[in-house]
Amino acid sequence: MLLEVEGLCVNYGHIEAIRDISFTVEEGSVVTLIGANGAGKTTTMKTLSGLRRVRAGRVVFDGNDITHLPPYERVKLGLSQSPEGRGIFPGMTVRENLDMGAYARKDKAGVAADLDRALGLFPRLQERIAQVAGTLSGGEQQMLAIGRALMARPRVVLLDEPSMGLAPKLIQQIFSIIKEINAQGTTVLLVEQNAAQALKAADEAYVLETGEIVRSGTGAQLAGDESVRAAYLGGDL
Amino acid sequence: MDLGALFGSFDSFLSFTIGGLVFGAIYALIALGYTMVYGVLQLINFAHSEVFMYGTFAVAWVFVFLHGTGSATWDLKQAAPTLLVALVAAMAMSAAIALLLERVAYRPLIKKNAPKLIILISAIGASFALSEAMGLRDRFAGWFGVDNKLANYVTPAKARDVYTNPVTIEPHGLFDIGGYTVTDVDLTIIVAALAMMIVLDQLVRRTRFGRGIRSVAQDPESAALMGVNATRVVQITFLIGGLAAGVAATLYMMKIGATKQSAGFLLGVKAFTAAVMGGIGNLRGALLGGLTLGVMENWGAAVFGNEWRDVVSFVLLVLILLVRPSGILGESLGKARA
Repeated sequence: MLLEVEGLCVNYGHIEAIRDISFTVEEGSVVTLIGANGAGKTTTMKTLSGLRRVRAGRVVFDGNDITHLPPYERVKLGLSQSPEGRGIFPGMTVRENLDMGAYARKDKAGVAADLDRALGLFPRLQERIAQVAGTLSGGEQQMLAIGRALMARPRVVLLDEPSMGLAPKLIQQIFSIIKEINAQGTTVLLVEQNAAQALKAADEAYVLETGEIVRSGTGAQLAGDESVRAAYLGGDL
Repeated sequence: MDLGALFGSFDSFLSFTIGGLVFGAIYALIALGYTMVYGVLQLINFAHSEVFMYGTFAVAWVFVFLHGTGSATWDLKQAAPTLLVALVAAMAMSAAIALLLERVAYRPLIKKNAPKLIILISAIGASFALSEAMGLRDRFAGWFGVDNKLANYVTPAKARDVYTNPVTIEPHGLFDIGGYTVTDVDLTIIVAALAMMIVLDQLVRRTRFGRGIRSVAQDPESAALMGVNATRVVQITFLIGGLAAGVAATLYMMKIGATKQSAGFLLGVKAFTAAVMGGIGNLRGALLGGLTLGVMENWGAAVFGNEWRDVVSFVLLVLILLVRPSGILGESLGKARA
């Protein structure tokens, strides 16, 4: 297993944000966490990147316990994230944002190759390369956030709500790019409110409800599950 | 407006302007420390004035060490080698104090996610502690059995008094601008301050490390996700502020030649004013704010009398903030464009 989460608990003050969460991400797969607002999806992602303190449980990455590793060390190990809300650096150019993605890397040739790869995936970013990122459209900012996460040459990339706030056509495009990223060999952990698309893309899926995992299975299994359909796919009324 | 009538003569207008630029350059260098730390942490480092003050003492001590306590008057050329040593010592001293502050007064509280107000109070406490420690330096020297000319240089028990550099640096005229003679000391101060500002500005804008600083300023969580070690960035931000304050301290001692344990206070407040005036968090704002403040208060002193100098600075601050609440340049370090 590339990533194993065992009994993870995270609190905000006295409030339990996630409770006893366990799941695994197999190398080369696409795994998704779906759930409503406030279910704990983003907290889980932030915790995996080391931005939230763990109260109990373990995070194991490629056999190493990284539960208490600082965020920047996790990036070096090969875990990068495109955060919820994109988190681009608004005052930097597109190019500088992409360079930031490779901040922890020393191999110049590899970084140059990955820059080409990211710009290949997102030709729009090439057109905007010298533009200040704060002036990009929402879709472009999302592309930049994903491209930037790939610049770390991660073994697993964490994508938190990549479709949020995007037009349906763009959502299609983002999901086909996620597939392509996975086909190029990067493991993907995807958090989505757009459950239908996410389940279609995922090998494995987990449903989060108020901080706990209530269901799991293959993407196809969950897409066919009655209660999941009712709660997250608008049912088939 | 008839400047000549206002200032007595046009030449004296020029002379007050250039005099103001000299002080403004020093304000700007100190303002840089306030602005850098604010840019990264959104906190005012109230102890930064002491970072500067320790630098001025380092300069005086180097002169005592290398020259002894007998007073002398040197011209700039004669003083240059000693000044260079003093510059290195002041930069090292100020940097060390800045790093100490970060480690003791800031990092533990930031780690615990303390509210900003608490951190601010911690900084004010650190400021008093540092200033009073310098006031007690003779006592300390006695405790540690240090019986050297440094400790006893000022009359014992009078350590709070002004500490005068044994070497007075006498300025020499270089050239005239409209009747005002620009001296070597003035020119050195302006050039050195500008050079330091330009180097730091380029460092922040062009280098990988500068990108790291800007990323933390713009979005600390995203920066962490990129593999930026925020603690290290904060540390280096304090370091840079300290180095700039060390340069300011050396230039200040060149010009004024004396310091005291409370020397940082008013200068610190002025530099902070300059930083806010230029747009806090903005490096170029610190430069512009420093120079503007220096020139304006000198003009104010010329027109209304020297006792109005500080009144003019702070009235100016209020006026500028009323018109432009985010300062002259406004944009923060975070949003500074490359």
